[in-house]
Amino acid sequence: MENIKIIQTAHYIPEKAVFNAELTKLMDTSDEWISSRTGIKKRNISIGENTSDLCTHVAEDLLVKSGWKADELDLIVVATMSPDSYTPATAAIVQGNLQASNAFAFDVSAACSGFAYAFEVASQFLLTKRCCKVMVIGGETLSKVVDWSDRATAVLFGDGAAGVLLATDQTGKSQILASDLQTFGADCDKLSAGVNNALSEFPPKLSERREISAFKMDGRAVYSFATREVPLSLQRACEKAQIDVAQIDVFILHQANERIIKTISKRLRIPLSKFPVNINHYGNTSAASEPILLDELIASQRIKRGDVVALVGFGGGLTVGTQIIKY
Amino acid sequence: MTEQEIFEKVKAIVIEQLDVDDADVTLKADIKDDLDADSLDVFEIMNELEDDLDVKLEADENVKTIQDVVNYVKKELDAK
Repeated sequence: MENIKIIQTAHYIPEKAVFNAELTKLMDTSDEWISSRTGIKKRNISIGENTSDLCTHVAEDLLVKSGWKADELDLIVVATMSPDSYTPATAAIVQGNLQASNAFAFDVSAACSGFAYAFEVASQFLLTKRCCKVMVIGGETLSKVVDWSDRATAVLFGDGAAGVLLATDQTGKSQILASDLQTFGADCDKLSAGVNNALSEFPPKLSERREISAFKMDGRAVYSFATREVPLSLQRACEKAQIDVAQIDVFILHQANERIIKTISKRLRIPLSKFPVNINHYGNTSAASEPILLDELIASQRIKRGDVVALVGFGGGLTVGTQIIKY
Repeated sequence: MTEQEIFEKVKAIVIEQLDVDDADVTLKADIKDDLDADSLDVFEIMNELEDDLDVKLEADENVKTIQDVVNYVKKELDAK
């Protein structure tokens, strides 16, 4: 039992809403095709704001809501697969924007499992007492990564950010009951974005434009991976926590596809009502999707203190990550 | 495994996945046109067959009807 408490949550969605109908002007698709296969009706696209800007909105909101001062933070971790740049890290930009001068900051890259991986990393810094006050944010501007002519992937993604403040809980009421992280690197080619090839010769041809690839996905491989590995990860985490899967009050699954979530619910024999979704509003926001949903469910009081909540990310790597927490 | 046994297995999975009536799942039934499946349903049917029969199946193999699925599964099982 690890006594870590989610102190506060927040999310930020960029203003521009793009409904499925608008995508039919860009590619051969339809509202019916997108919504029946994915559950997505709308996504929001960031115009002019990069990932660090979205994350900074979240970070500022977290500080206002919690009353924490920026200089009290020890650590800022940002999970993203669409950072502003190779360097500086998006987390470093956020740290600078907040003037959180006592915090060290870095990014975690684990695609749609990014929040779960970042949450795990941050937890370790708290458990070892290296840090006391930690901010974890998942933020993405996937709109700059997708190929807007590829109807198989472009319709799926949206932009957004969300995060949590974490601290150790002396009362022991809030806990991380167990976690399970797995990586399947042999299947790394099933989902990729931003592939950046090495030089083919030296000196390089100065005329040669260096391309960085857009999103590419083997749909069936990723679908099969998610529907098989997420239930297994949840079961492993429950075994470690010594609870039954049915004892989990709310399952916050990465919002990749409503059909994947339905299949996972069916495989686990857990009622779909325990698997809230918001993918219809936001699309797949990768590392941001779990904390966006978490924040919404806490705000609507669907999740209350003491509830047992499973947070599960899955995606590129391929990766899967589960935390079972007592909120 | 006989063709009839494979058909019964496919039929049970298709009924569960597509929520269709027993009588609709005939060998001649077209999975997409008659049984109203989409590509994700086909993924899931193939995944369930893979898990139940311990065989590797491609979703984009040329399968249109239930008979095609039965033939494909039989071919892969016989090749094991």
